[in-house]
Amino acid sequence: MSPAAVATHAERTATTSLERSPFEPRALKNLLLTAGVWLAALLAAVPLVSVLYMLVVRGGARLSTSLFVELPPAGFEMGGGFGNAIVGTLVMVGLGGLISIPVGVLAAVFLAELGPESRLSQVTRFATKTLTGMPSILTGVFAYAVVVLTTGTYSAPAGGVALAVLMLPTVVLTAESAIRVVPKITRDAAYGMGCTRSQVIWKVLLPTAMPGILTGVMLAVARAAGETAPLLFTALFSSFWLFDGGVPRLWQPTASLAVLIYNFAGMPFENQIELAWAASLVLVIMVLIINVLSRWIGQRRG
Amino acid sequence: MKTLELRSEVTAASVSAPPSSWDYLADRSFRAMAQAGVWIILLLLGFILWSIGGKAWIGMRDYGIGFLVSTTWDVGRQQFGILPHIWGTLYSSLLALAVGGFFGVAMAIFLTQDFLPPRLAQVFRTIVELLAAIPSVVYGLWGLFFVVPAMRPAAAWLFERFGFIPFFGTTLSGPGMAPASLVLAIMVLPTVAAVSQDALRLVPYKVKEAAYGMGTTRWEAILKVMLPAASTGIFGALVLGFGRALGETMALAMLIGNSNQISLSLFSPANTLAALLALNFPEAGPREVQVLMYAALVLLAITLVVNMIGEAIMTLSSRRRVK
Repeated sequence: MSPAAVATHAERTATTSLERSPFEPRALKNLLLTAGVWLAALLAAVPLVSVLYMLVVRGGARLSTSLFVELPPAGFEMGGGFGNAIVGTLVMVGLGGLISIPVGVLAAVFLAELGPESRLSQVTRFATKTLTGMPSILTGVFAYAVVVLTTGTYSAPAGGVALAVLMLPTVVLTAESAIRVVPKITRDAAYGMGCTRSQVIWKVLLPTAMPGILTGVMLAVARAAGETAPLLFTALFSSFWLFDGGVPRLWQPTASLAVLIYNFAGMPFENQIELAWAASLVLVIMVLIINVLSRWIGQRRG
Repeated sequence: MKTLELRSEVTAASVSAPPSSWDYLADRSFRAMAQAGVWIILLLLGFILWSIGGKAWIGMRDYGIGFLVSTTWDVGRQQFGILPHIWGTLYSSLLALAVGGFFGVAMAIFLTQDFLPPRLAQVFRTIVELLAAIPSVVYGLWGLFFVVPAMRPAAAWLFERFGFIPFFGTTLSGPGMAPASLVLAIMVLPTVAAVSQDALRLVPYKVKEAAYGMGTTRWEAILKVMLPAASTGIFGALVLGFGRALGETMALAMLIGNSNQISLSLFSPANTLAALLALNFPEAGPREVQVLMYAALVLLAITLVVNMIGEAIMTLSSRRRVK
């Protein structure tokens, strides 16, 4: 091959392969798939936009202060609100947190620091993941079998127990990973100064891991606040206030926002359906605020 | 004099002194408490199995295996069977997984394979997280008042033109399998997207660069290199999403129509195990409670098996990567 022929050959290859030819089969396939994945991503965003739009339009129309201070209406009654359901949701999520957070954080301390590789920890991690995957309605069945059948009444504590079982795995798993990411140097420095293991945990690990632990706790709270299935037949529903003259009457059926939405959505009355939309809006705003707060705390850590 | 003062100060600051007996006591008791926390979780899982199993025992004794294959649920005649519910649970979850899994994996590819500038990617990531944050009862309400009415004309058209295909064998008269599965798919999507994203991110960057270096287009690299490399993790994501769909309750209880029949049609009403529990528990008599506990145990067994398989696949995929 003469030098001239090599040059022309190289020139030809350069001009054909370095130019963009969008309709060549390989490039076309690439382009179509890219368009397809864009379409899929935009389609996946449609439900969110639609849900939020309906919430604002149908729920927002009914939004007023009376919603927060009045009791749910009966059959053909007009007006009304869901003040007692908001109180009920807060009380039951609070009870769930009171039970699950201390147990969860203690267990996470053991899993992350005291015996991370022990047999006990490995079994517990597996058990926790199993609990994460357990359908939420089954935590309700559990609380029904253990609390409702024992005490003989639907009640706020029964709902709280069901929510606690639901929150526990989230708290444990996030707290464990938050404690684990504390740098080893920090730990070693504390041990080097002669701290006992508990002192290291209380004075170094927990304060350092606190943002991560809080993020997990708030995610668990947000999830629990929106859960309906565990409350359906543990707390049931009520059209009365949980507090009677400032005295809590816990051992009786208790209202919650989620169960109110479910009950009212199925009613043939326009007033109740409007209230279900307004309650959904309030619930979603509550859940989103907790979510945003948890993300904010998580970001400050990084 | 001065050194003496200093020494007393140092002793007062507890750090350099050996731990006092109180410190030892606090240390011991705190460690015992942490261990107790771990035991509480294990006992709780055992207690859950025991309490549901114990209450289900009488139902199991009286109805046996026939409970799983019988199709009637009649409280008046004391006849109970959950075959339609098992069918409905599996069918709706599979449909939801087909739709939600496809969009979930597409979303994961979209977010991890450099299609977007970081800020726009963050927007889509937030959308997926918000989809997961909305409570299922709100999806149920939205389904009732938006998805069902929107779907009805399309369902009627499909039934008229393609009624001979079993999937379109009935009209959509209200709630039914199709709207329920569609809403379920939306709830499965975030799980699949999140876990698949992790799987795709764990593929070393060099692998993709090697593919690009050999002259592949972006999609050739994704389809022939990235997806096969992350396939175990993505499969695990699909199994976990399936597990999530099996146990989902509220949206289905509101949208599936609660009719105990076995039908391939997408537009006929059906029922699921979780919806059965949600609807019948609040007003159940003592006899029905025993039977419902049996149904709860069946649901627990199905979800536990599916989730354990999912977790095992995830462990396998991360272990293989270490090598």
